[in-house]
Amino acid sequence: MKRLLPAFLLMLGPCTATPALAQQEKSTAAFAYRQLDDAAKEQEARALMETLRCLQCQGQSIADSDAPIAGSMRSLVRERIAAGEKPEAIRAWLIERYGDYVSYAPQFTRLTWPLFAIPLVLVGLAALLLRGRFRRGGGR
Amino acid sequence: MSERRPAPKPARAPVWAIWLPLVLFLAFVVVVVIGLYRPADRTVASTLIGKPMPAFALPAALPERPGLKSADLAAGKPHLVNIFASWCIPCRVEAPQLGALAKAGIPIAGISVRDSEEALTGFLKENGDPYWRIGADDDGKVQLALGSSGVPETYVIDGRGVIRYQHIGEIRPDDVAMILQKLQEASR
Repeated sequence: MKRLLPAFLLMLGPCTATPALAQQEKSTAAFAYRQLDDAAKEQEARALMETLRCLQCQGQSIADSDAPIAGSMRSLVRERIAAGEKPEAIRAWLIERYGDYVSYAPQFTRLTWPLFAIPLVLVGLAALLLRGRFRRGGGR
Repeated sequence: MSERRPAPKPARAPVWAIWLPLVLFLAFVVVVVIGLYRPADRTVASTLIGKPMPAFALPAALPERPGLKSADLAAGKPHLVNIFASWCIPCRVEAPQLGALAKAGIPIAGISVRDSEEALTGFLKENGDPYWRIGADDDGKVQLALGSSGVPETYVIDGRGVIRYQHIGEIRPDDVAMILQKLQEASR
């Protein structure tokens, strides 16, 4: 299996091969593997890290990933939280560079508003239908 | 005692409605099959194309060569900015192409990500050294500021320091003409 893995990664192409090779190198960023001393701030950073996508191993959040770039991103998040920046400002900074895909928490934009609106519309419709049903039932 | 009126339901559900679930299911299968055969492109491209290079100043990665700051790139001439590392295998693959571009007179600024001086020296000895300047991005902050999601990546920067193109992955021999074209467009 160990011998098969590199061949398999090569088949996947260069972009997907990079992360696996890159994982041999540990992140050297200061706060990649070090928590903030202030527990409240660390918790705030942790909550944000769990909703940011690792750019190399894309199914994972940067809190879960051992890829070096995820380490750099964790360090960036922790340093900025420690400096007093708001989590949503850090998320916006990353989205400005990488697009919405970097965030697991869906943003409310011109493209995504139906995601938030459709459930409300459906609940409204259901309420209307149920009201009709109950009225008819009550009248009998 | 209440007499039921005949329900109007049969009139509301026409005959074809019985096929509706099957049709919906088949449509779903078609969507899944398309997704399997043509998976979406998950490459994360930088959204900074057409915007100025973010301001940065990186220390020198090697003692005898200057580091890299964003102001160096806005000096009136197009540049390539190559994000690389000695630990990255595709970077070895693109080294001959970068060498050819450097020989053609293109200034190539290197940003070496999460690397060490000795590993970098060995890498350049082994694969050739096309770099005009090399900045050491040890914690990867500048890589993140540029919207780069991996190594290698190559940016085409025009003379005013605006990012014109981002090449994700290694530059292969048949990409060189395209890169030169992008540089040509950037110098206009």
